[in-house]
Amino acid sequence: MAAVLLRRYRAGFAVTPSYPADRAPGDRAPAERVALPADRIALVDLLDRVLAGGVVVAGDITLSVADVDMVTISLRALVTSVSALADQLPPPASTHWMPDDS
Amino acid sequence: MTSQTGTWLYGVTASPAAIRRDSFDHLTGVGGGKLHLVSAGGLTAVAETVSLAEFGETALRRNLEDLDWLESAARAHHRVIDALASQVQLVPLRLATVYREDRNVQAMLAEHGPRLRAALRRTASRAEWGVKAYADQSAAARAEAPDDRTGQAAPGSGAAYLRRRRDELAASQQDRHAALVSAQEVHAALARLAADVRLHPPQSPELTGSKSAMILNAAYLIDDQQAAGFRQAVDDLRSQVPLQLELTGPWPPYSFADTGPDLR
Repeated sequence: MAAVLLRRYRAGFAVTPSYPADRAPGDRAPAERVALPADRIALVDLLDRVLAGGVVVAGDITLSVADVDMVTISLRALVTSVSALADQLPPPASTHWMPDDS
Repeated sequence: MTSQTGTWLYGVTASPAAIRRDSFDHLTGVGGGKLHLVSAGGLTAVAETVSLAEFGETALRRNLEDLDWLESAARAHHRVIDALASQVQLVPLRLATVYREDRNVQAMLAEHGPRLRAALRRTASRAEWGVKAYADQSAAARAEAPDDRTGQAAPGSGAAYLRRRRDELAASQQDRHAALVSAQEVHAALARLAADVRLHPPQSPELTGSKSAMILNAAYLIDDQQAAGFRQAVDDLRSQVPLQLELTGPWPPYSFADTGPDLR
């Protein structure tokens, strides 16, 4: 499966030939991360989608819009200075937020 | 506490029979565990039982601020969705949707059935493609280049210096304007091929590692049959506009899962 995924992403991601879509889930230790710039580019694209996209349903535990904004802000603060990004923070992450109706 | 578990959701499908069992059995999720299916009302959610010690509300808040953890979770979430989306029609759920037990997932499927079905219909036989446009390097360089002539400015040439600066700024404004116009052309041309379009905020140069400013970060929902034509269109545009174009995909339809016009 890993090889298939890699081939697929090689076809699609012109600038991320090593898109590690097949990383084993256990590989969480920071020491094991390969901090390639391409890796980070792909991560940003991915976060654009998994954090701001997808169907939003009110789970028993669900990130609120504020949480997602906070995560996004925290993420950006980690890799750059907040001030440089003040005008680039995304709009409210969800355009279709379902209120917690549980 | 550590023995408590919850159910992390990946996506929802109406045709679970099409999932290849051998592939499904080999997939592991964000918690490193096997996946299972939860069905109700003709819809099936792809789920994983996770420890609330790591994926509970408090832990999630903390973990999501850890870039390594976030990356690992985002990639694992995507890996599952992407693998399944290649086999079966599936709408992705947002990262970090967790229920306390499968029974609550069934209640969600029943409650949101019409919405989920609408999302499935809207994205059927379609995939998301990402196109990012960067201002051309030379234009960006011109805009940012320090003026090496100022060092030679003769005494009393303040007016000339100011005029030069003004011209430079005007030129850089023109470059920027031209880049934006080009980006609009690109977007208009690609949107004509798309069933739907989403614009993401441009990514900052610090995140992309590019010296050029990103001026378009768009997602296009493209019929699978049109995919080759879309890629060709992007290639054709590369030679027609003074922008760097970057194509990514095909993605599962993340950007189109929940915001279609028929949901509003």
